[in-house]
Amino acid sequence: MNAALLIDASYFIAAFLFIYGLKRMSSPLTARSGIVVAGAGMVLAVLASFLYTLDVSPAARPQLTTNLVLAVIALALGLGWAWRSGKKVAMTEMPQMVALYNGMGGGAAAAIAAIELIGYKTHGSVSLTLAVLGGVIGAVSLSGSLIAWAKLDGRINSTLRFSGLQAVNGSLLLLLLALGAYIVWHSGQVAMPVFAVFFALALLYGVMMTMPIGGADMPVVISLYNAFTGLAVGFEGYVLNNPALMIAGMVVGSAGSLLTLLMAKAMNRSVANVLFSNFGAASDDAQGEISGSQKPIDAADAGINMHYATKVIIAPGYGLAVAQAQHKLYELVKLLQDAGVEVKFAIHPVAGRMPGHMNVLLAEAGVPYDIIYDMEDINDEFKEADVAIVIGANDTVNPAARTNKSSPIYGMPVLNVDLAKQVYVVKRGQGKGYSGVENALFYADNTQMVYGDAQKVMVAMIQAIKSLGGGH
Amino acid sequence: MDYTTTVLTGFVALYIFMLATFTGFEIIGRVPAILHTPLMSGSNFIHGIVVVGALWALLNATSVPEQIIGFVGVLLGAGNAAGGYVVTERMLQMFKPSNKSNKE
Repeated sequence: MNAALLIDASYFIAAFLFIYGLKRMSSPLTARSGIVVAGAGMVLAVLASFLYTLDVSPAARPQLTTNLVLAVIALALGLGWAWRSGKKVAMTEMPQMVALYNGMGGGAAAAIAAIELIGYKTHGSVSLTLAVLGGVIGAVSLSGSLIAWAKLDGRINSTLRFSGLQAVNGSLLLLLLALGAYIVWHSGQVAMPVFAVFFALALLYGVMMTMPIGGADMPVVISLYNAFTGLAVGFEGYVLNNPALMIAGMVVGSAGSLLTLLMAKAMNRSVANVLFSNFGAASDDAQGEISGSQKPIDAADAGINMHYATKVIIAPGYGLAVAQAQHKLYELVKLLQDAGVEVKFAIHPVAGRMPGHMNVLLAEAGVPYDIIYDMEDINDEFKEADVAIVIGANDTVNPAARTNKSSPIYGMPVLNVDLAKQVYVVKRGQGKGYSGVENALFYADNTQMVYGDAQKVMVAMIQAIKSLGGGH
Repeated sequence: MDYTTTVLTGFVALYIFMLATFTGFEIIGRVPAILHTPLMSGSNFIHGIVVVGALWALLNATSVPEQIIGFVGVLLGAGNAAGGYVVTERMLQMFKPSNKSNKE
């Protein structure tokens, strides 16, 4: 049997399964089978690629056994670690895991570029250009995704911003492109340190590009890096003359780009706005303008007040999920409904960490869909609500995004909770949101703060309402 | 059987890139916001195919630096593919109850 034919046929089938699987994934009805179909394609492609051992280049033949052992170890380690971490990770931490896995893909694409370049294996200006481009994009995606992961995981809390950052990043990018052009110009025959500097600069650029972006914008950024990795994989596919990589990479590159645009649109922002609007903005100015103080209230009192309200709107955020309070919250909602209170959920497009993330978390707790509303459907109702209760959300309810032009999050659509007659904010402490911005809502006259772990606060509210003895 | 692998260069490659780009756009076309997260994760899984390229590069490595970078490449690529699959599959499992209540 001809190995090359077997490999090519396997890749053809794999490419078909990827596209068909992705197509199934894009509809809620068939989504679950889609990933299985695509998974089958992946297994086939990986198994087929071991047939490469029958046909390696003569120069690599003496090392073949070592290389094969290395390949099996690397494959087993990567697969084992990712499989375990993927099974273990909590639903709430899903977005940063996606960022992490995506960064790994970018790193793999950059590694392919590095091997091709330092081994002087690539010839022809088209191949070289694509190897260099794929290397840059992959490396940027790797370091950028790692920063995104660290930010969402709470490992990096600061947002790096200084005036002139945009100029620094601009020159960094120019330098990177110039170095890439230099490598191509010399047909790849440049000294080893040049390659080292080249990849180091690309990694640095990814860090610098991601550091100034606030946590609330991270979903868009992760989606963008996802598209980046796809593009890098497609380019390296050309360099390796591998159609499976070319097709899968390009499909993801374009699908990911479109997904990024759709996500940005759901947040009513442009991608350029997400990437560059924060650069050099003096965010400290905005924080000086907030006057007043945060007024605390007891959880039990807040619970009883809600019991006597007519209409309550709940704005849940990531903090709710972190405290594992969804089930207790739903219990509270049922008590309020029994007392004749109209209760609705208001979901910000990026509530949780990504579009649709909070819907998944509430569905898991059994909250029925007909009381959950998207932002645009419910934003006009806040002014009729007696109580708006914010649980573990911050940036997505900050009125400064609507009113304060000097705020770094200005322009982001927010839930208009501040228009309700009374606002309760359930919050662990007095800290800032992911964007690092002080929230004017917490200081408003109609806002009272309920400090504490969301789950304990829910329990206290439930007990307070139950102690009223069945209400009406 | 005499078969040599097809070499994809020049315009043939350009055609592949163009058609793949349109395919990606068409597939994602009109997706409800609720599926954005799993789809992003799903497409993240698909570019895990990079592991195949990394495998080829490692198997053809001729020096120690190449072997090291290749090893890291395969490790990262395998992580991308396996992690992307598990996470997407788990997320889509969650969508079962929501589909039912939507009666779609």
